[in-house]
Amino acid sequence: MQNFQYFAPTDALVAAQALSPEPGTTAVLAGGTDLVSLLKQRVETPTRVVSLRNISALRGISKKGGGLRIGAMATVEELLDSKAAAPYKSLVQAAQGISAPQVRAMGTVVGDLLQRPRCWYFRNGHGLLAMHEGQPLVPKGENRYHAILGNKGPAYFVSASSFAPALVSLGARVTVAGPDGEREIPVENLYRIPSSEAERETTLAGNEIVTEISVPGLSGMRTATYEVRQRQLLDWPLATASVALRVRGGKVSDARVVLGHVAPIPWRSSEAETALKGKAATEGTGEAAGKAAVSAATPLSQNQAKVQLATVAVKRAVAMAA
Amino acid sequence: MSPENPHGGSQRAPRKGFSRRTFIEGVGIGAGAVGALGAAESARADQHEVVGPAAVPITLNINGTSHKLSVEPRVTLVDALRNMLDHTGAKKVCDRATCGACTVIVDGSPVYSCTMLAIEAQGRRIETVEGISSDDAMHPVQTQFVKYDAQQCGFCTPGLVMAGKAIVDRNPRASMAEIESGLCGNICRCGTYVGVRKAVYAAAGGRA
Amino acid sequence: MATIYDWPASADRSLIGKRHIRVDGPDKARGVAKYSYDRNLDGMLYALLVTSGTSHGRIIGIDTSAAEKVPGYKGHVNILNVGDEVQWVGTEILAICADTEEHARDAEAAVSVHFEKLPHWVKDEDVKKAGEANRVAPAKDDTKGPDLDAAWKSADAVVEGYYGLPMITHCCLEPHGQVVHWTDDEITVYASTQAVARIPADLAKGLSRDESIGTIDAEKIHVITPYMGGGFGSKFNIDTWGIACAKLSKQTGRPVKLMLDRDEELMVAGSRPSDFGNIKVGAKKDGTLVAYESETWSTGGVAGRGSPPVPYVYNNEDRLAQKARHLNVSTNIGPARAWRAPNHPQAAVLTMCPMEDLAAKLDMDPVEFFKKNADLTARPEVYRYEIDKCAEMIGWKDNWHKRGDSGPGPVKRGLGLSLHTWGGRPHDSTCEVRIQPDGGVSVNLASQDLGVGTYTTLAVVAAETLGLQIPDIKVNIGSSRLPISGASGGSTTVGGTSASTRRATVNALEDLKGVVAESLGVEAADLVAKEGKVFSKSDSSKSLSWTDACKKLGNRTITGQGKQPDRNGGKLNDSGVGGVQMADVSVDVETGVVTINKVAAVQDVGLVVCLEQCESQVYGSLIQGVGWALYEETVYDQATGTMLNPDMEFYKLAGAADIGELEVHMVQNKYDDRGVIGIGEPPAISPGAAISNAVANAIGVRVPTLPLTPDRVLAALANA
Repeated sequence: MQNFQYFAPTDALVAAQALSPEPGTTAVLAGGTDLVSLLKQRVETPTRVVSLRNISALRGISKKGGGLRIGAMATVEELLDSKAAAPYKSLVQAAQGISAPQVRAMGTVVGDLLQRPRCWYFRNGHGLLAMHEGQPLVPKGENRYHAILGNKGPAYFVSASSFAPALVSLGARVTVAGPDGEREIPVENLYRIPSSEAERETTLAGNEIVTEISVPGLSGMRTATYEVRQRQLLDWPLATASVALRVRGGKVSDARVVLGHVAPIPWRSSEAETALKGKAATEGTGEAAGKAAVSAATPLSQNQAKVQLATVAVKRAVAMAA
Repeated sequence: MSPENPHGGSQRAPRKGFSRRTFIEGVGIGAGAVGALGAAESARADQHEVVGPAAVPITLNINGTSHKLSVEPRVTLVDALRNMLDHTGAKKVCDRATCGACTVIVDGSPVYSCTMLAIEAQGRRIETVEGISSDDAMHPVQTQFVKYDAQQCGFCTPGLVMAGKAIVDRNPRASMAEIESGLCGNICRCGTYVGVRKAVYAAAGGRA
Repeated sequence: MATIYDWPASADRSLIGKRHIRVDGPDKARGVAKYSYDRNLDGMLYALLVTSGTSHGRIIGIDTSAAEKVPGYKGHVNILNVGDEVQWVGTEILAICADTEEHARDAEAAVSVHFEKLPHWVKDEDVKKAGEANRVAPAKDDTKGPDLDAAWKSADAVVEGYYGLPMITHCCLEPHGQVVHWTDDEITVYASTQAVARIPADLAKGLSRDESIGTIDAEKIHVITPYMGGGFGSKFNIDTWGIACAKLSKQTGRPVKLMLDRDEELMVAGSRPSDFGNIKVGAKKDGTLVAYESETWSTGGVAGRGSPPVPYVYNNEDRLAQKARHLNVSTNIGPARAWRAPNHPQAAVLTMCPMEDLAAKLDMDPVEFFKKNADLTARPEVYRYEIDKCAEMIGWKDNWHKRGDSGPGPVKRGLGLSLHTWGGRPHDSTCEVRIQPDGGVSVNLASQDLGVGTYTTLAVVAAETLGLQIPDIKVNIGSSRLPISGASGGSTTVGGTSASTRRATVNALEDLKGVVAESLGVEAADLVAKEGKVFSKSDSSKSLSWTDACKKLGNRTITGQGKQPDRNGGKLNDSGVGGVQMADVSVDVETGVVTINKVAAVQDVGLVVCLEQCESQVYGSLIQGVGWALYEETVYDQATGTMLNPDMEFYKLAGAADIGELEVHMVQNKYDDRGVIGIGEPPAISPGAAISNAVANAIGVRVPTLPLTPDRVLAALANA
């Protein structure tokens, strides 16, 4: 780990001002479960780390308006313990998938959204786009865990976030503090598929801090997250799906279906949503939605199975929500 | 594993490919910015200054005792415990927030001490495996670990003991399902889980 | 009078074969057991390795100038030099030390090494491609038994299939490494090792290769290893890092700690070879196995590896026609090291899986099929007994069904089995037992406890022999200054050390009896030590408490010597055991996720010394087995030649909630007369084959290769 300056102010604006606009030169520390490993791996080599631990305004999970507010320093454990969050089943189920109590206790919900990809080429120093001698490593390489959607290149990694699919399906927004003030954006807009090594997987500038997540009220939406994971032990899902359904008169009137761990971004599937609308929410329609969700999938040499896993994740999430 | 090396090779250690060593010293902070803080904040400004990269004096509350030490900001809690304070119960194994061998309890919750900076552990209540027993008596989780032979090489054991303690601290009557899920952040290589599950269950008042 | 050394008869055993608390349990649970990694010596420096990021290349430059300017830098030693060739990523190039761990990392990162790149190859499963890359050595056919062509003609059913398992890694939780303190008087080495007694000579030899150091007397080297955090066969030698660490200590005059980083541990400090193969087996209608033919290939690194012992267990050369061909694949991967039961787990997969497929083709219950052919094994009776016992434990009769669970829903259940064998000839061992005038007893030998219970077994042997209790015995192991005992590998330790300890203790007791006999006025042969007393068998009034008996020694300390082997030392140990394991699994055929419901194990190890620790070894083997059956594989990238999962995040081990229910039955009171036999290897062999067979039974098709990951399971279902 390269040494760095450390700063733990009590105000988010001051924190933002202490950061460099260029990502990577400075870093924001919340729970640390991802950042500290990245520092040790020298994938991140900031010269200054700005900690959010003293900013009391970033703490807590609470009801807000008709919805839910999750502060940037709220941990996964707090979310699991929160009465206010309990009705948001898709969020709770996503939290349960983070099985290690230590990660639940340290890791923050916002940190989960902003963790860097788990792509093993990236983590081993080959860059976000995993290039080697001018060639992309993933398409002909070890790509069993890589993207099946949004993978036309140059990015092939999958978004690692557990909560993003659920939050996108719930229409949640994040508040972003920069040196000049705040802005609010949908969680969906936090992410992008980078087109060059100079870009990161999020749209945040290096001196922007996500201060909180705002989740609108459920107002009758039924939600669920289903993760396909191999182990009970702390493990990365192979594919996940979060759904939010509004059912009127036995039929789905509104549906949001978002897949995780299948694309460089949380993958909202309008095909799956269309497949569900106007149908009864059953395992059968869920399966049809799952198939629609992967209809445009372009699996790589080793990740054909993820097409099936994504289908099943959608099917089971729909069945759970119904 | 430097991805690009003009010399056609690389040594593994310096993963230099992504360092962007172009940071401008003193971005946005200094006397002016601190001055922008409210009166109540500025009274504590000494705690909220940019420190490092040189070693910084810190105080850690470990097992009820205050320890003063001097650490670079990058020093992790497990390294401070092991290298500076000779608290070697917590082990460094994966060093990447995966295996749980470094588990200690901070403010009542189990954490990976390999992944918490020592400087961030200030002002928090840190319990390590050394602190949960006295010369006369072991903690019930430890007693049951011994009774159910929940250890072989023993290198994962302190981390599993602390994970087990965190489980029974949170729920003194934890069910086997809760115990299994509470152990999901710890890895044993010898394969002691059968004993570990029974031991934590017994410590939670269950009969294994 | 050799018989005095024999183990006490069953009725006379108060400790042997019973359950005991692990002697070192409290220190481990308290976290106060000091491992090599935990040593903090005054003035100690921290050393790290600089290793190769290139999988094959020639070193053309090593530049340490920037590293030498790093604050806290204290020294470095080259392991390789300019002109040397590296053949795998992670090859040790130099060791560098500094005053703190953080500074050592700065220094490590500041070293530049440049290579002239050479072609590399890291793939083994596709043997055709490996052949095209000139990585496959020519092979010879090994033919045994009856005429093969005739055997195939006589077969009513034949199965031909592809089976295999990839390279896995030891992943010892305490990495390889040591702390070395080199002073004028002694080179003290706190090494994480399975071979305390062997390390001094190994290090002396390694150091002596350096002309600037010259000859080092191995007697100057003192190895201290009271505890070590896992080895599994990978920690027998001092290795380059141990030699470099000693040199750094000499160079700096300070103690130096060098423990491998996790990625180094996984890449270079131990792996188990892969094995893949096309297997053909045939049987008659009644289930009689007649022929086994294999073409297998595997890698264990650049040197490849030898052939697996196939057909496994079922290998009677008079009755079974056999032909084996093994192809050696050379890869630029860190070299293999012994892994619990070298070659056997692979051989079990390559034999028990095709046999199970053949049983399915014959429409036979595999339990009947495996029993019917037990005469093809070296111990038919043992296996028949164990198969029946294990079937009872797993509920085979109630839960087994013909191939393919036809029940509703996506989750299918299945059962499978496997058999195994291991030798485990006891290693050489010398032991000195001391009886002090105050009654204290110590057992002294340069053995080591890898977590298997050596402290406990030796305390039990001595206590049983002297009529004392376990806490009355002090077991001193883990120091090379003690009487020499063998390295702990191949299940040789408990047989060797229990025998040397028994003999030493009997000899010490004989000495004590002589003293006590004189004092009580009875014949020494009339005395017995039991229940904390030494008393006359013929006149129970002639009795002394243990303490009073020892007081009769005056100022003299008794030392009893014992060794293994000892031709006149009674029947204390043996080698060669059999075991059976059965697995009960559930497979979600929509996701391909396999979960373990239960694994049952029946194991013969002759005379069990400590039942609890013996069972713990078997439980551990099953848990490791769940890991490599379902999750573990090292993943190498051909383009870069690097290992992509040298961590514990994507090198996946099993957790506490992944292992289902485990049940272990140690066969006791049946083969006790054979004496003590090791337990480390045998139960580690079968889990992969048993679990693979259970999955095939559940889903109706064979998943050809381990680990049984969702993608492999789904591919097998799709290809069915």
